Amino acid sequence: MASIREMRNRIRSIKNLAQVTKALETVSASKVRRAIATYSQTRPYAEKAWKLLLHLARQPGAESLHPLLTHREGNGPVLVILVSSDRGLAGAYNVNIVRHTLQAFRDFESQVSYVTVGKKGEAMLLRRRRTVMAGFADLPPIPRFVDCAPIGQLVISEFLSGHFDRVFIAYTEFISMLRQEPRVRKLLPLEPEIVPMGVHSPEATHPTHAVFTYEPGHTELLNEILPRFTSLQIYRSILSAIASEHAARMVAMRNATDNARELILALQLDYNKARQQSITSDMLDISAGAEALAKSMAEAAR
Amino acid sequence: MPIRCEIVSQDRVVFSGDADIVILPGVEGEMGILPNHAPLLTALRYGIIVVRKQGEEQFFTVAGGIAEVQPDQVTVLADAAENVLEINVQRAEAAKRRAEEMLQRGIPKESDEYFELQAALRRSNLRLEAVQRYRQRVQRERRE
Repeated sequence: MASIREMRNRIRSIKNLAQVTKALETVSASKVRRAIATYSQTRPYAEKAWKLLLHLARQPGAESLHPLLTHREGNGPVLVILVSSDRGLAGAYNVNIVRHTLQAFRDFESQVSYVTVGKKGEAMLLRRRRTVMAGFADLPPIPRFVDCAPIGQLVISEFLSGHFDRVFIAYTEFISMLRQEPRVRKLLPLEPEIVPMGVHSPEATHPTHAVFTYEPGHTELLNEILPRFTSLQIYRSILSAIASEHAARMVAMRNATDNARELILALQLDYNKARQQSITSDMLDISAGAEALAKSMAEAAR
Repeated sequence: MPIRCEIVSQDRVVFSGDADIVILPGVEGEMGILPNHAPLLTALRYGIIVVRKQGEEQFFTVAGGIAEVQPDQVTVLADAAENVLEINVQRAEAAKRRAEEMLQRGIPKESDEYFELQAALRRSNLRLEAVQRYRQRVQRERRE
């Protein structure tokens, strides 16, 4: 059994730990809120851009109009953007997304390469000897669109140059504070009829049939909107993943705090017992000593 | 009858409200959009969007994007847009200086970085110019 002093130190260090995890929990909770708020601010653009895209894509012959809309035959190489976090201490967040992604692409016949967002995912893929083409890390806590735009530019240019025939994005979708789900979505070639994430406006689904004037041409407009739309999808996925990351961390930290509190209670009990015991034994010693003294004095007096 | 105008950038709604006329910097020239305009899709260049309602004007810088015009609605999908009143002059000036310095140091033309710097320079110039031309006007109108 540990000495009383050791126990006291242990209790103190666990209390400190509980304080740290509690603080992390609070910080994560506020970051979840900020990420969600930013995410919902991107919705108007996403909805309007999608409406425009649908409109343009429904023009006759749109499929062949733009290379980003063109489906390629065969099992060409595939590029996957994997969104993870830079930091750990988020429960099973990173493990889940990596495992889910590897599983989703396990049976692919084509060659699969990765672009990672976040250090954790990159490290895990490299350990498993996957091809990581590029790694993005150290994004700001709440990135702006411009912070994420280079990722979009990279995958679009890779797709257009023909190095990859399909591009996917794997991220963790935020559903609620207690639920986050790993998802794999197809990014390129763009399929305008697929409803993008987090967009559910009924008005977005009935584009007008009026005759439009295009300035400049139809193709140039597609040129403008398609890369932006793709980058926006990536941006929104990253925001959703950030919200998930912080929610996962918040729950992990809450569990850690609870565990620490339990441990403190148990240790405190042990500590009190040990202290009581030592007091009792001290008292016994003293009273035994006093008794012995009294006895010897009585004997001397006699 | 007013026309509904919405200016959104990728990360926020910059403006949403009614207008009597909206002036857009289209790639093929400025265009004033009045209610009941024919449906139109246009790309935008760097420039200023003017939203006028009952004599009151609001100015927005826009760094390219796309606008969709419907008889009762103008939707601007901007790459970056802000109300002239929101522009941070110091920041725009600092960004301009930075871009100019970098360009002077000599960066190979045709490189991505070069284009990015050029774009940054154009953006800050646009902001500064917009502030000079429009901010005082808006503030004066507000006071009156």
